[in-house]
Amino acid sequence: MADESLFDFLHMEIVSHIYKEQQSNKEEMDNKDRAVCVSVLESMGFRVGQGLIERLTRDSPSFKDELDVMKFVCKEFWTKVFRRQVDNLRTNHQGTYVLQDNKFSLLTQLSNGKQYLDQAPKYLAFSCGIVRGALSNLGMDSVVTAEVSVMPSCKFQVVVQKL
Amino acid sequence: MSRQSNRTTDSKKMNSELFTLTYGALVTQLCKDYENDEEVNKQLDKMGYNIGVRLIEDFLARSSIGRCQDFRKTADVIAKVAFKMYLGITPSVTNWSPAGDEFSLILENNPLVDFVELPDNHSTLVYSNLLCGVLRGALEMVQMAVDVRFAQDTLRGDNVTEIRMKFIKRIEENLPAGDE
Repeated sequence: MADESLFDFLHMEIVSHIYKEQQSNKEEMDNKDRAVCVSVLESMGFRVGQGLIERLTRDSPSFKDELDVMKFVCKEFWTKVFRRQVDNLRTNHQGTYVLQDNKFSLLTQLSNGKQYLDQAPKYLAFSCGIVRGALSNLGMDSVVTAEVSVMPSCKFQVVVQKL
Repeated sequence: MSRQSNRTTDSKKMNSELFTLTYGALVTQLCKDYENDEEVNKQLDKMGYNIGVRLIEDFLARSSIGRCQDFRKTADVIAKVAFKMYLGITPSVTNWSPAGDEFSLILENNPLVDFVELPDNHSTLVYSNLLCGVLRGALEMVQMAVDVRFAQDTLRGDNVTEIRMKFIKRIEENLPAGDE
């Protein structure tokens, strides 16, 4: 069974690799480059999220409704993947959910406060993908974004797409 | 309500799956980005190296293993402590060369390849090549230059997975750890 730290090391190196490759010979990255990197990381996370939720919910009964799904994501799923539960879940009951994790596991090693705040999005793209992938396999198409104002606290916004 | 029993085991297993799934996503992405298997193998090795030079610190901090006296001790530590700590498996150390500078790690099962199958058009892909880079990078930080490669791979039809490690030389100066 793989140690937790292996994922942390691998994730950091993946982020580093993706950004290095995108930058290649250019002096600086522009916003388009950054968007490509985020998109690649997010789609990698998506596949992982799909796989994870499949394993986790293999023996579970089906969920009553969207809110039930979100609660599961905040408790069981978050615990298994990010080693703790979401601290706060808010919703407007119209398809938008905000999940707040005050000690997001992928940010705790980066900083405790405002340092490296501009770097945070790089390290959240993959996780947004994981959440979107998990929800997708549970029948919910969504757009997932993350926002950080003070590390390591992080807010994930899930907007469920209605057909 | 989360299940109370076996929560630690479940949690560890899920982390394991997070890692192996992420690794799979990485290999898939690299196959998309690079034209041929050889290039993907190279990238995996490079990335492994970058991880290895950092992993060694984590390992030394958590294992409190002192300096190894010789390559045999190094092999034992890698198999019985490092692999156990990070991948939960204990490969066997065999096939020592007469000069004592080369040995094999035999892995009965490789956690990286759970649920993985290689498609036909990737017959030369060394799926777990990251491991070679990790070992190389980690050992370089403790002053050992080694060559690491896969000699057998269950993904390519062999019965076991065999990693061959060869001691090249002792690194005398403390070179700064650079990313490749």
